[in-house]
Amino acid sequence: MVIRHGVIVVGAGGAGLATALYAAKEGADVAVVTKLYPTRSHTGAAQGGIGAALGNVEEDHWEWHMFDTVKGGDYLTDQDAAEVFAKEVIEAVLELEHMGLPFDRLPNGRIAQRRFGGHTKDWGKAPVHRAAHAADRTGHMILQTLYQQCVKAGITFYNEFHVTDVILEDGVAKGLVAYELATGELHLFQAKAIVVASGGFGRIYKVTSNAYTLTGDLQAILYRKGLPLEDMEFYQFHPTGLFPLGILLTEGARGEGGILRNALGERFMERYAPTIKDLAPRDLVARAMYLEVREGRGVGPRKDHVLLDLTHLPPEVIEKKLPDITEFSRIYLGVDPLKEPVPVMPTAHYAMGGIPTTLWGEVIRDEKNTVVPGLYAAGEAACVSLHGANRLGTNSLGDLVVFGRRAGIHAARFAKDADFHELKPDHLGESRERIERLKNSTGKEKVAVLRAELQQSMMDHASVFRTGELLAKQVEVLKELMDRYRNVALQDKGEAYNTELVEALELGYLLEVSEALVHSALNRTESRGAHAREDYPERDDANWLKHTLAYKVEDGKVAFRYKPVVLGRFQPQARVY
Amino acid sequence: MQVTLKVLRFDPARHKRPEWQTFQVEAEPTDRVLDLLHKVKEGQDGTLAFRRSCGHGICGSDAMLINGKNRLACKTLVKDLGSQIAVEPIRGLPVEKDLIVDMEPFFAAYRAVKPYLINDDPPPARERLQSPEERERFDQGTKCILCASCTTSCPVFWVNGAYLGPAAIVQAHRFLFDSRDRGKRERFRALGSGSGVWRCRTAYNCTEACPREIPVTQLIEEVKRAILFDRF
Repeated sequence: MVIRHGVIVVGAGGAGLATALYAAKEGADVAVVTKLYPTRSHTGAAQGGIGAALGNVEEDHWEWHMFDTVKGGDYLTDQDAAEVFAKEVIEAVLELEHMGLPFDRLPNGRIAQRRFGGHTKDWGKAPVHRAAHAADRTGHMILQTLYQQCVKAGITFYNEFHVTDVILEDGVAKGLVAYELATGELHLFQAKAIVVASGGFGRIYKVTSNAYTLTGDLQAILYRKGLPLEDMEFYQFHPTGLFPLGILLTEGARGEGGILRNALGERFMERYAPTIKDLAPRDLVARAMYLEVREGRGVGPRKDHVLLDLTHLPPEVIEKKLPDITEFSRIYLGVDPLKEPVPVMPTAHYAMGGIPTTLWGEVIRDEKNTVVPGLYAAGEAACVSLHGANRLGTNSLGDLVVFGRRAGIHAARFAKDADFHELKPDHLGESRERIERLKNSTGKEKVAVLRAELQQSMMDHASVFRTGELLAKQVEVLKELMDRYRNVALQDKGEAYNTELVEALELGYLLEVSEALVHSALNRTESRGAHAREDYPERDDANWLKHTLAYKVEDGKVAFRYKPVVLGRFQPQARVY
Repeated sequence: MQVTLKVLRFDPARHKRPEWQTFQVEAEPTDRVLDLLHKVKEGQDGTLAFRRSCGHGICGSDAMLINGKNRLACKTLVKDLGSQIAVEPIRGLPVEKDLIVDMEPFFAAYRAVKPYLINDDPPPARERLQSPEERERFDQGTKCILCASCTTSCPVFWVNGAYLGPAAIVQAHRFLFDSRDRGKRERFRALGSGSGVWRCRTAYNCTEACPREIPVTQLIEEVKRAILFDRF
């Protein structure tokens, strides 16, 4: 039986729920298909805040936020996206408050705000209080609030349905295929508009802040179908992952006054960003930490990490404003941040690149911005491009409400004037074949082994610093892993909750997004934002002030096209802090 | 160190009732129970089924009974348990496979208390004002990750599945005590009903089970009192 809805959203994180909510407000019949239960999505792990120029603590303007976003993105940010964002995020934060989001408050009753990396006043002169927050669980509160509103709106949820295919015919999106975890059944979904909001893919790396479930499923599915992925070489490492696990410790900790120190006790960020020091953008801080370690000033028996020092902060600031990260260091490391500094190292965190879209979330297929009718994307899965080469902290939560809302409104309006497309039942076939092949395989390869090799090799060859040589090596590693993936076999042949099968499907997606990332990184011969090529250390605006669109040709072969960066009021300049 | 991990297995296609299976796992003292489950799944038995997502106590996917107590597998370390570890699914919800239970009855109770801000006044152009003290009043409930540890540790819930259970009541508390909310009476209908808050026998299991250290029993008592005082 075919399941029909006007608008179907894939993913129940912040972007998916915002999309669903605003599409429902436009009067659409909306359903959400998610591979988890709602409220399990990774938006819930976002900690520090959502940036908006509310000006509640001190003077602030959306133009300053726009400037910071463009500069933070190393001028690869599209300035039309940054302008829409910096204006609309103010309204979005107020709407979240009206929906009941429990922001922390100032004595005058307004939403509290704190400092965050790369957010400044007066065009870069000093840090500014811009991040609206709810303790250090802002993402959790956003996810809960949006889900609460979806419950209120009576939106239909298909929980634990794993999307295996997007039906694209004649250049038009027509439906989805999804695997129901509880039963092992495949279902055909028919929709007038589909919105992909399935999140990122940090699990390509060994050390990551990302959930086990962030495996780039929909990016890989669309990439396989011949659609491009944009700016995949820009992958953000968050400076303060709890060492060695990679669990996130919010940048809000530095916003509240936390300091990074090396083995000599030096506040080393003074050398790299003299104006804003520990509140420099993430790419700069992550590289500075790696350089400290490389030059022998790392901490620990292997001198392989640095320290985040909060001990000089008043205990009530730590307990009240940073309770979760305090608990993480106590539980996982036995370190009490009140008394001793916390071991940290950069952790794979956020994909600036993804499925290219217009400002209304419409997916585009080429450098001329040709729209794929009926197909939308929002949140981390998408690339508008707001974040350019490096996302500022708090701009992911802002991105998902602003552009989730836009995608939802546009998708609902599109669906109103559209008809359902005829679907043939054989659309299930490709997914069924893939699943049967995995279940019946007599190969000798194991999902866990290949995944571990992928994650380690990506760490070694394609993380914070890259070189042509290392990336070329990773191209070969990926080819070999893709070959071996064909011989993956499963123990679980059952129907109900075959989570081993799901992990095998996810490994396929991880390999493909890695392929797009590594080839894109090898192709871009400059350093910009999170893409630091040691063999090409300078930013090269003459040749590379443009977006990469990567197309899969076949396994191991990728073709490129380029899209100009949308410039505007801010001309590219040297990026110093 | 070597850990003996006992898992209560159930696959509807193979078992009539759940049965224990024992695995020997090599572990570090700082490993999470979730790491042990992954080691078994990856190295010994790929059919083992459990839920997990974030892996650090935020998403609420991996609540299970660990050595007899409801806990999150990702927040429980081997060093705090020793070398004999037993895991079972949380109690009171239908088991679907191994450690995976049907969460729908739990979320039905959640929906019943209207877990969203109710305020039909047109919102102001800016934020609704709320003092830090008013915000603090309902802070505890906002920590809830809907993992179901509290509800499935409650003896009343085990006996009577229609009972709303601690988690739903905590959600109601979160809105009842929010100065911006106007939905008190609507929520009291569910909370004051036969399967509502008066079923609570103050066993404190919920408070002990909460991985977020929410004083669940206290919040339930505050909801009871709110209903009582509203009547007089």
